[in-house]
Amino acid sequence: MTDEKKIKDLEARAKVIRRLIIQMLAKAKSGHPGGSLSSTDLITALFFSVLKHKPKDPNWPDRDRFHMSKGHCCPLWYAVLAESGYFPKEKLMTLRQIGSMLQGHPDRRATGVEVSSGSLGQGLSVGLGMSLAAKIDKKDYRVYVLMGDGEIQEGNIWEAAMASAHYKCDNLCAILDYNGFQIDGATKDIMNLEPIAKKWQAFGWHTIEIDGHNMGEILKAYAEASTIKDKPSIIIARTIKGKGVSFMENVVDFHGRAPTEEEAIKALKELE
Amino acid sequence: MSGEQLYQRDVYGKTLVELGKTNKNIIVLDADLSSSTRTSMFRKEFPDRFFNFGVAEQNMMGAAAGLASCGKTVFLSTFAIFASGRAWDQVRNSICYNNFNVKIVASHAGISVGPDGASHQALEDLALMRVIPNMNIIVPCDGPQTAEAITVAANTKGPFYIRLGRPKIPTLENKGKFELGKAQILTEGNDVAIIACGIMVAEALVAVNNLAKKGIKVRLINMHTLRPLDSQTILKAANQMRLGLVVCEEHTVSGGLASSVDEVVSENHPVKVLCLGIKNRFGQSGEPAELLKEYNLTSADIEKAVLSL
Repeated sequence: MTDEKKIKDLEARAKVIRRLIIQMLAKAKSGHPGGSLSSTDLITALFFSVLKHKPKDPNWPDRDRFHMSKGHCCPLWYAVLAESGYFPKEKLMTLRQIGSMLQGHPDRRATGVEVSSGSLGQGLSVGLGMSLAAKIDKKDYRVYVLMGDGEIQEGNIWEAAMASAHYKCDNLCAILDYNGFQIDGATKDIMNLEPIAKKWQAFGWHTIEIDGHNMGEILKAYAEASTIKDKPSIIIARTIKGKGVSFMENVVDFHGRAPTEEEAIKALKELE
Repeated sequence: MSGEQLYQRDVYGKTLVELGKTNKNIIVLDADLSSSTRTSMFRKEFPDRFFNFGVAEQNMMGAAAGLASCGKTVFLSTFAIFASGRAWDQVRNSICYNNFNVKIVASHAGISVGPDGASHQALEDLALMRVIPNMNIIVPCDGPQTAEAITVAANTKGPFYIRLGRPKIPTLENKGKFELGKAQILTEGNDVAIIACGIMVAEALVAVNNLAKKGIKVRLINMHTLRPLDSQTILKAANQMRLGLVVCEEHTVSGGLASSVDEVVSENHPVKVLCLGIKNRFGQSGEPAELLKEYNLTSADIEKAVLSL
């Protein structure tokens, strides 16, 4: 596949994923669209072009690991898992219902979810543990961890950042969805994160700054991260919260509010 | 008592090394206290399977979950105050919720930490760990029982919290077989049952011998496992004792062994239960023996409690 064709293909898939996210959330009547949509291009590219995995053999020992540290964006995780073939797509419409394997925050009962998340700030540590396990077992799988920007206000993240550099975890790639918003408002107003890249560099990480909605840049970033030796990498992706649905873009309210039926119809129309 | 005195953490370190020789899946973590917790012994033997996380317990717990998700059996250690309190959310959400094979071996628990004082004396760790589903909890009463507890944890699926003390403690004889979730009866009697764990078992044994001379027959129960709890042995005692039960723990009376016993008897067979433990107080500096006296946890205090029933 040529690069151009690959990019077109991923963009089309991202649209499918966004549609699924909207449908799941509208059905569930609660959940987090904003951050799910801002991370969609990053995670679609990862699942359909980067990850070595076997959806029909989820415990394949040599699989690359993915962990979603910002667990509230699980509609995105569930959508890419279903679209990859981990479980039937019909299950997506059971999101947040009693007895469903698709819990409101990620839980291991969902096929393809390796470790639960939901309490922010713990996932980079989980990724570090996976990375160390690969090194102990002399396996060459890679570990990807998606974090939110508000999430890196947690001190635990920086403990993990320090340790991942100390242990030279070059098989670890963090992805920061830098959409600039958290529940209470803009990150710059609530708790300023800048200078983000310099912070990670000071902690010993290789940083790659990209537009998180440009498939070409996303693919290049993953490729670059995989060539870096002796240090972990972080892709700092500038994104738009609620990306793809005009009335959700950069609207804080849609951090944690599901679209109404009417809003969902409107959103799906935009995503045709 | 044989007269032998051991540091539980010495036994822990040695047991880890023994287990590590045959079980290559065991990984050991520490947070800058490896010489105190004795995980340093494992580090010396198997440097490739030991990771120091520095003074960062939250990260250590999360990384343990990541390692366990890749099939590793993780033993990790720090002081009980940090293991149970500092990283409680990580223990709950990343370890226990996933039912991972992470064995938290917490040393320096209780008032017997001594001179370091209140900030380092975990008096509420059992309470904090006991409320989390999936968590198994063992409080070994002496050195040899520590080895048994560590071995059982290594071979049993799921998360464990194993509580060890700082000082050297006497080895108790004739305890019988160690089984997870099965209490040990050290002495027989039908007047009063003393239910104890950790270093309080040895204190209680002294009291039991003194009470025997006064004609009071005490059943001494070593409740080494708090979860899963041996409710049957507790209820049997509640049913058979003439005067009641006395619970002894080097821990706050809220949420630990005393509460465990109370929950069982109040629901199934209400009897009088006297609780010896720390009562709504922080610890303080002092020698372990002085502190046990100050907080009414000596054999004399236990004797007095039994006589008051």
